[in-house]
Amino acid sequence: MPVQEILASAGPQAAHIEALWWVTLAICAVVFAGVLLAVAWALLRAPRGDPATPPDLSSLDKPERGTAFIVIAALALCTAGLIFLTVASYVTDRRLAALGAPEVQIELTAHRWWWEVRYQDAEPARMFTTANEMHIPVGKPVLVTLKADDVIHSFWVPNLAGKKDLIPGRVATLTMQADAPGSYRGQCAEFCGLQHAKMALVVFADPPEQYQAWAAAERKPALPPAGEQAEHGREVFVNGRCAMCHAIQGTSAGARTAPDLTHFASRATLAAGTVPNTVGHLAGWILDPHSIKPGVNMPANPLDPDELHALLAYLGGLR
Amino acid sequence: MNPVLEQTWRDPPGLWGTLCAIDHKTIGKRTIVTAFGFFLAAGILAALMRLQLARPENTLVGPDLYNQLFTTHGTAMMFLFAVPVMQGMAIYLVPLMVGARSVAFPRMNAFAYWVYLFGGLFLFVSLLFDIGPDAGWFSYVPLSGPQYTPGKRADVWAQMITFTELSGLLVAVVVIATVFKLRAPGLTLARLPLFVWAMLVTAFMILFAMPSVMLASTALILDRLVSTHFYNPAEGGDALLWQHLFWFFGHPEVYFIFIPGLAFMSSIIPTFSRRPIYGYPAIVLSLISTAFLSFGLWVHHMFATHIPDLGKSFFTAASMMIAIPTAIQIFCWITTMWKGRFDLRTPMLFVLAFFFILVLGGLTGLMVASVPLDLQLHDTYFVVAHLHYVLLGGAVFPLFGAWYYWFPKFTGRLMSERLGRWQFWLFFVGFNVAFYPMHHLGLQGMPRRVYTYPVDMGWGALNALSTAGAVMIAASVLVFIVNALGSRRGGALAGENPWGAGTLEWATASPPPPYNFERPPVVRARDPLWEPVNEPPAEPTQVVGLAERVREALVTTVVDALPSHRLAFPQPTVWPFISAIAVTVMFIGSIFTPWAIVWGGIPVAIAVTLWFWPKRRETMADLAVEKRP
Repeated sequence: MPVQEILASAGPQAAHIEALWWVTLAICAVVFAGVLLAVAWALLRAPRGDPATPPDLSSLDKPERGTAFIVIAALALCTAGLIFLTVASYVTDRRLAALGAPEVQIELTAHRWWWEVRYQDAEPARMFTTANEMHIPVGKPVLVTLKADDVIHSFWVPNLAGKKDLIPGRVATLTMQADAPGSYRGQCAEFCGLQHAKMALVVFADPPEQYQAWAAAERKPALPPAGEQAEHGREVFVNGRCAMCHAIQGTSAGARTAPDLTHFASRATLAAGTVPNTVGHLAGWILDPHSIKPGVNMPANPLDPDELHALLAYLGGLR
Repeated sequence: MNPVLEQTWRDPPGLWGTLCAIDHKTIGKRTIVTAFGFFLAAGILAALMRLQLARPENTLVGPDLYNQLFTTHGTAMMFLFAVPVMQGMAIYLVPLMVGARSVAFPRMNAFAYWVYLFGGLFLFVSLLFDIGPDAGWFSYVPLSGPQYTPGKRADVWAQMITFTELSGLLVAVVVIATVFKLRAPGLTLARLPLFVWAMLVTAFMILFAMPSVMLASTALILDRLVSTHFYNPAEGGDALLWQHLFWFFGHPEVYFIFIPGLAFMSSIIPTFSRRPIYGYPAIVLSLISTAFLSFGLWVHHMFATHIPDLGKSFFTAASMMIAIPTAIQIFCWITTMWKGRFDLRTPMLFVLAFFFILVLGGLTGLMVASVPLDLQLHDTYFVVAHLHYVLLGGAVFPLFGAWYYWFPKFTGRLMSERLGRWQFWLFFVGFNVAFYPMHHLGLQGMPRRVYTYPVDMGWGALNALSTAGAVMIAASVLVFIVNALGSRRGGALAGENPWGAGTLEWATASPPPPYNFERPPVVRARDPLWEPVNEPPAEPTQVVGLAERVREALVTTVVDALPSHRLAFPQPTVWPFISAIAVTVMFIGSIFTPWAIVWGGIPVAIAVTLWFWPKRRETMADLAVEKRP
């Protein structure tokens, strides 16, 4: 399982925030201990009273100057701490804005409940689309342009960077960078309806050569079906209901309301990070997606066994 | 007991009298009990959520129901419990503390209660019919808009807002008018109990914050029902506009739940420390500055949107700054305890819990005030932990303390100390077991508002622990109910002033008679029951000369509380109740057809007209008193 933790930074953005976290935590811990000690001390040293004890009104006549000094001093310390935390926060803000020029640009569009990932390029033919997965080169800044298709979502891969909302009608950007190879899980962080819980994505940070190889493979159209069964599977796909929503480059299926499946078999998970991409899960997903992700927009597909196996063979070959 | 005053000021008996009641103590108690009922109902929803989340991939509750549960839980706790219960405490106690016979506008106060009750029932009945709102208590558009929440669920939410906001605004007006004009002579603003100051500040905050959410929710209903496009980006509307309007209300709301909590603290601590509070002027100024600052923080709920960085940094500074007035109050309370004589009774236990829980919640608040930290922590379980530490530590723990403290005034009997301690420790330990692990869950990447989570994420153990804490909280609330019901009949008799407190509500019988004070006091000190009058007073100590056979009270000036004139108060009447029903029909009808605003307005107009229709007999009586008091 890929990691998804705030305090295990794997890139400069998350590392800056993690550093700020520890500083803030230390100061807050000191203040917390101070307040509790003061209360405990008051509790221990003050003499006991009860409702019959006559109230001590001496403070009405003579101002409590010594006490005022202590209170003001404590307040001054707190204020200094707050100013320090504010400045530390601003310094971190500046650091977060300092990541270099991006080497990879990705347009991320959130849909209910999946992620459309388009790799941008100055040359249109080199652009390609995938879903629910991102590969990025280690050590290179990545610019993610954030859009939403329906409601507000939020892109959040805690090991790499803080989150940013994807808001319909607006475009936001986020820069991030991974310093260590690995796979980092992210999850939609803004409530987006029925399946908000099952809207994950995985960012694979690959060594640059490996990333280039992956991108080159993704740019190619889909592999032709290998064998008769897979050939039949393609027929089922392009002539059946699948092609109403999904696209496979190199075939006549070109719809964009659901994930692009051109290199489907190379992905690690199904249904936006919900289950591993295995034949068994895929068969279950095609027949009855609602048993895995209730309320998802994909309808149930009551295929007969021949069609199902053909389709599985075809999709399984889309490396 | 004064039988003449009793006859003049009491509500009529029987069922009819129940519907006609306008006595502020009756309405206050009803509001508190109703709000506690909604607290229990919303608490049960929370328990269901905790059971669902107790283990990964649990199937107890599906996503559709879970979304309704957390939305209704949040909505009910904020709008139907936290705000109204504080207003109920204010309605009951403020007139007693300022030495008044009644609240100002007692009929409007009764109307506000009925509107609140019907709005709250409407929300829970909707949930039972499976049309409970499911877009979150914040109802972000476009998710709550016509396209993504078809059906009536978001309308139920938006219209419930209209009910509670109407009620909240009316009560705010009642409290402000009572505090400004009905104080006992001599009770200058500089002598006002801190409780009353806090409730006054709260009322002003409600007055300025609630119109914002009323506007927002009305625009949402219009988008949904008559196809306006306030929030539709495709037609030039703006999805982010909702967030600005909602949080411009929503952040102050946190503080007008929290400030009454401070009011309880400032009442309980001096009594059980046996000395006047330390730093009265500093505390008053802190309350007022908290109120002002709270209107300048709303963007810290929106740090993850694409608002420019420079703008966001302003809100970081403001969010940090609001810690200062709270720190001032905390230091003043600690000093009061430090230099006092300590009486560790149940109300005081809850007060001490504040220093642990609220302070922890406030410190995590500083963390989420920072833009970079918030970008990680926002919308994770860390924030769920933070908000419960702040709201329970800052408001609910002091509220339970306040209930133990004023229960003798409400009922005439003391609550059991033994059960009180049991409840406290179950609540304190259960609360921390339930909510402390959520900090770690958030840091481990668990987002909020998810109905389930995969096994592999490793969040199962802490979630199970949290659910165990929730069970302890439920047990604690059960102990409280047993204690309250048992003590109401069998508790030790309290007498006027069981705690030896210094403020005016303890200067009358427990429970107070309908007229509150046989002769309203004349006040010379901040703690009138504590500060002795040594020399023979040159001025009278009580107000005399008010009519006893008609409802009459003394109106005083705003700042110095100098006697100004006598004012006739209205009789109990059923029209506030009937008007509230008419308003309810109009509000609920408008969910189904916009025309309900048109035909629904007619009964409202008739009811309100009859409500204000002058009666010859009452007018003549008032005139007679006017001529010869």
